[in-house]
Amino acid sequence: MATLPAVSAPPHAGARALVMRLRKGDEVARLITLAFASSILLVTVALVYQLWVGSELARHKFGFHFLTTSMWDPVSGQFGALPFIYGTVITSVIALLIAVPLGVGAAIFLSELAPARLSSTFTFFIELLAAVPSVIFGVLAFFAIVPLMRDYVDPFLKKTLGFLPFFSGPIFGYGYLTAGVILAIMTLPFIISISREALLDVPVEQREAALALGATRWESTWQAVVPWARLGIFGSIFLALARALGETMAVTMVIGNDPNIHASLFAPGYAIAAILANDFTEATGDLYPQALVALGLVLFLLTIVINALARLLIIATTRRGSAHP
Amino acid sequence: MTLRNRWRQSLSFFMLTLTGICAVVAVSLLFLILGDLFYNGWRSVDWDFFTKLPLPPGETGGGMANAIVGSIEIVLLATIMGLPVGFMAGVYLSEFGGKTFAFLVRYMADLLNGVPSIVIGIFVWIVVVRRYHFSAYAGGIALALILIPITARSTEQFMNAVPQTLREGALALGASKWKTIATVVVPAAYRGIATGMILGVARISGETAPLLFTSLNNQFWGAGLRDQTASLPVMIYSHAMSPYDDWHRQAWAAGLVLLIGVLFANVAARLILSRGIAVQK
Repeated sequence: MATLPAVSAPPHAGARALVMRLRKGDEVARLITLAFASSILLVTVALVYQLWVGSELARHKFGFHFLTTSMWDPVSGQFGALPFIYGTVITSVIALLIAVPLGVGAAIFLSELAPARLSSTFTFFIELLAAVPSVIFGVLAFFAIVPLMRDYVDPFLKKTLGFLPFFSGPIFGYGYLTAGVILAIMTLPFIISISREALLDVPVEQREAALALGATRWESTWQAVVPWARLGIFGSIFLALARALGETMAVTMVIGNDPNIHASLFAPGYAIAAILANDFTEATGDLYPQALVALGLVLFLLTIVINALARLLIIATTRRGSAHP
Repeated sequence: MTLRNRWRQSLSFFMLTLTGICAVVAVSLLFLILGDLFYNGWRSVDWDFFTKLPLPPGETGGGMANAIVGSIEIVLLATIMGLPVGFMAGVYLSEFGGKTFAFLVRYMADLLNGVPSIVIGIFVWIVVVRRYHFSAYAGGIALALILIPITARSTEQFMNAVPQTLREGALALGASKWKTIATVVVPAAYRGIATGMILGVARISGETAPLLFTSLNNQFWGAGLRDQTASLPVMIYSHAMSPYDDWHRQAWAAGLVLLIGVLFANVAARLILSRGIAVQK
């Protein structure tokens, strides 16, 4: 905080020194910028506080059962968040399962194989992809990906993998899988650009040493370069996960809005962000809006935990990491 | 060449080709998106789209004039509120920040940056909307809260990239610290700072979730900034989810206009940065 240097001079001298410093302007500039910086702190604290207080009624009535029950009935005042938590987590997991191999693969190509000019052009396009607003992904998912999934992808999966419970049951087009696919597209640019930077940071000697030992190009990449950069790659994956968990518009438009848990990924479901977007302005009474704020709190905590996990993981890998001297 | 070596070579070739395919797929996604929006939207982007109000369902025609103006109002409000705060906080973090407090602010800024935008919407709903009404102000505040941490961190980053020797030079000539910052550090980093700001404003222009229950939506011209206000992203959402074909057509057109605007800002920001970087890292 704003601590003045300890001076052992008498008080009036200290005051005079302060006046001198104020007159010079530095202290004023420091205090002004400090005030603005504190506003960030203040807003974040206020955000947590308001979510906490705003969900008080729901927290007191349901306690931790809120997280573990799956009954969502605004009419009778029963609120359980499990279907929404399940939907949010499962769609994010699907997104990562698709986006991580694709993204890391693309990052390897851009950092290891592509000529510099091609690599920077591609990276430029991928950064533009990251800038596309989420509602536009939603429109595309709603009009293009839903029919595609309904008519081609889902029937194909059902025919080939239908013996698994995830890929059985009726096909709607809307549902967990479709939401996961659009989330994969949305998180892909984050994985690619951060992983690429991590891979570019790997020293050339690492590659040369592997190649000199007779490794093929792929062996050098996979066994010498990727392990070195794993920290950044994990970071990109967790960032993508946090984005996927909190993503609202595209998921709301394609997840199907059914507050029940289904084993089948073809089935319509719900996500935390989606029910907030759909119901918040229409929620009446005392308890219903509070239950929704409580869901917002759950979503907030979920993203915080993911961020914290990412930090812990990165600390753990740096401690253990033999690749990092 | 032994069999094993041949296997290793072909595996290498196969995997590397696969990574190339991954990259091509990722990049082609952008062009698929652009192509799809152009194909479905360009016919509907006409004079009416920019000058007329939305019509009730069932009638053909109309436009999104109120949403375009509303979006500009809300983003402008957010920019006026958010950029100065973010910039000053960034200056503090880079130039005045000590250890503990600066770390705390930095951490909180990253936290705020990671908060899902819909949660920001809830916060503003609790603090502003519940007490007053849905308004353009509320929407602007929500977007400003997203803009502040982005601006603060990018400003800090680009000011940190200014070499220490420049600062020392100014201080050695007798300039006070704030004078050094105002006349040496900020001018040296202004391209980067401007780029960060443009990217931040582009990002909030496309945000939908925080506006859903702050500025809400409006089919007509609102009665000023205190009234609920239409915005392009919310209009795209509500029109796309409606069952009417003519509204779908409008949603595509609005999506195309929004995307062109956002991508244009992104390209412009990167051109500013690459056109002779003032700061050598």
